[in-house]
Amino acid sequence: MKKSMNKSFVTRLVGKGERADGRQFDQFREIKIETGVIKTAEGSARVKMGKTEVIVGVKMSVGEPYPDIPNEGVLSVNAELSPLSSPQFEPGPPTEEGVEIARVIDRGIRESKCMQVEKLCIEPNEKVWRVNVDLHVLDYDGNLIDAGGLAAIAALLTTNIPKLDGDKVLYGEVDRPLEIKDVPIPITTTKISGKLLLDPNLDEQDAAQARITLTSTKDGNFCSIQKGGRGYFTKEEIEKAADLSILKGKELRQLLSV
Amino acid sequence: MESELFVNERELVIPGQTLAKGLDYLPSSGCFRDNNEVKAKLLGLVRLKDRFVSIVPLAGVYIPKPGDGVIGFVKDMQTSLWVIDINSPYDSIMLLGQAVDEYIDLNKTDISMFYDIGDVIYAKVLSVSKSKSVHLTMNDYRARKLIGGRIMKITPSKVPRLIGREGSMIEMIKDKTKTQIIVGQNGIVWLKGEKEALAVKAVLTIENESHTVGLTDRISELLEKESE
Amino acid sequence: MTKAGAPEKLIIDGKRIDGRGFEEFRPIEIKVANLKNAGGSASFKFGNTFAQAAIFGPQEMHPRHLLDPQKAYIKCRYTMAPFSTKERIRPGRSRRGTEISKVSKEALASVIFLEDYPKTLINIYIEILQADATTRCAGLNAASLALVDAGIPIKNLITSCSVGKIDGQIVLDVDGLEDNYGDVDMAIGMIGNENKYVLLQMDGIITREDLSKMLELAKTGCSKIFELEKNALTEKYKTGELNEEKHE
Repeated sequence: MKKSMNKSFVTRLVGKGERADGRQFDQFREIKIETGVIKTAEGSARVKMGKTEVIVGVKMSVGEPYPDIPNEGVLSVNAELSPLSSPQFEPGPPTEEGVEIARVIDRGIRESKCMQVEKLCIEPNEKVWRVNVDLHVLDYDGNLIDAGGLAAIAALLTTNIPKLDGDKVLYGEVDRPLEIKDVPIPITTTKISGKLLLDPNLDEQDAAQARITLTSTKDGNFCSIQKGGRGYFTKEEIEKAADLSILKGKELRQLLSV
Repeated sequence: MESELFVNERELVIPGQTLAKGLDYLPSSGCFRDNNEVKAKLLGLVRLKDRFVSIVPLAGVYIPKPGDGVIGFVKDMQTSLWVIDINSPYDSIMLLGQAVDEYIDLNKTDISMFYDIGDVIYAKVLSVSKSKSVHLTMNDYRARKLIGGRIMKITPSKVPRLIGREGSMIEMIKDKTKTQIIVGQNGIVWLKGEKEALAVKAVLTIENESHTVGLTDRISELLEKESE
Repeated sequence: MTKAGAPEKLIIDGKRIDGRGFEEFRPIEIKVANLKNAGGSASFKFGNTFAQAAIFGPQEMHPRHLLDPQKAYIKCRYTMAPFSTKERIRPGRSRRGTEISKVSKEALASVIFLEDYPKTLINIYIEILQADATTRCAGLNAASLALVDAGIPIKNLITSCSVGKIDGQIVLDVDGLEDNYGDVDMAIGMIGNENKYVLLQMDGIITREDLSKMLELAKTGCSKIFELEKNALTEKYKTGELNEEKHE
């Protein structure tokens, strides 16, 4: 009941050119980034975007490479929409929403080639480093892709590769930092009442017709695009979202001071 | 703003196709208005009546309407009502009072004595509420339990074609095959008689070719040829 | 970044490896209402990519707690048959399948009149029987036609195709070789031939200028698909009136 009442309220408000919290359409909520928050992880970051809070932990392990790329490290991104973050998440296997978020963040990192996977080979064809990026949602107030993507790259930028003793990983002992040579940032543009907004909170997200996420690299190119939701975008709206993504990507990159 | 009609009666159209423009034409069943245009939302044949443009669809499920005669299958019972499957995404209910005239003492009577699970009945749709709660009644001269015979399913929107103008098509089939045939608006057909198989063939032909021209003649030929 | 088995070039003498021009589709084959049991069905081929769609419903909705009193609930399942790729795919749910099911469902839902069938369930199944890239696009085209065959009211057909970048050149309709060894793969779904994008996914690296060009090329491609889809429907359901007129 509450959800549908909020939906029409937000739709009307945005139609008039306003947001409930008084923000501009292209304005993000307050963003706080902290790295190194999980001592048991090789890399970690906590991002708060307004009331949305996520933690990403990076764990490194030794595993087999993929058969068609036998000398490259393996990236794996997972997202847990933890039930403690919202009454609407139930325990259980990943929902399509969770799978989508993880895969969009994954592609942003993977396609940007920011992680030098050729340098993660331990023994060609036999052993490579696996970089496991796990996103955990603690508080859900919308815009998980942007918050999660930001936390993921923040965590990777501060990840250290542990020492290896033969087959055994010596967790806690640092060999060298994980080399990350780009900073992909996903920016999601949301369409409500025919208007384009950034960083929707949960009420705005529920009122959305559609959303489109473009992940940009340091030199202003795109390494991943994903449209979601049951509405549509015109070519001009997609181009506008692309321009916003480059602009805001630069701003968010500065928060990471890279 | 000028109004213009772009299609003829019985023309085959596809969803999204513009049928008319301007405010003189109004979208009816199977059509919708998109800004200034009336468009089809289903694949089917155009029907024009006064200013109304509608589509007779070639496919689709049955949505109950009050007054429809339907053939249903008793699928469940409670103390004083039956749940009837009418070949629709919406189940229907028949209350005891709509099926039986006499006074019934529910302490002494199990209503399965009137209609039991698995029974086939011909009933009338009494009412369909906004929340799609469907009620049936036996309070109609045609309503009864259908015993024996066989059941066929056709696309509900093709029922008018099967019945024909003033019943001409269905009477022709009944006559030539010496078969009782009852057609429910919900696409369920009950047949019982001498040349059931031929009647079934005729019904199937109508189902597959309902949108084509010259169908009546072809059915007539089929029945003549095979009744010998 | 040389993958095992990569061809030296994907473009030779201004033509792609299979001889196509940059804006040319592979041979397209469409069949409507080809399955007997499903409420609606259609298959769609882009060259060696073969997708089959089937629709059941609107039907009674289960589970009841997910029933929507105001509109139809849509389920969409995209899967790849184990024999659809050279290396056998283990049957069952995959994360990729889940994601494609989601975006396909959202694209199709954008045109369905869901309010016409409250409290019901519409089941959409898309199966890739043979995969040579651009599978989700073939699946979406097949599903769109299957919706029409099922008599489910829609605003317009959905059209879908892929655009890529190989050896620096932007091309239409990416095939398996180009997907594996090329730089970019973009899947697009649109409403008919209108300026409305309902499915858009890209991986690879593209510039801002590339983006505009690729969106434009995709729209041109989708317009062609639109004509083919419309023809497939009218061919299937010819009323015979034209034939009758000719006899007179």
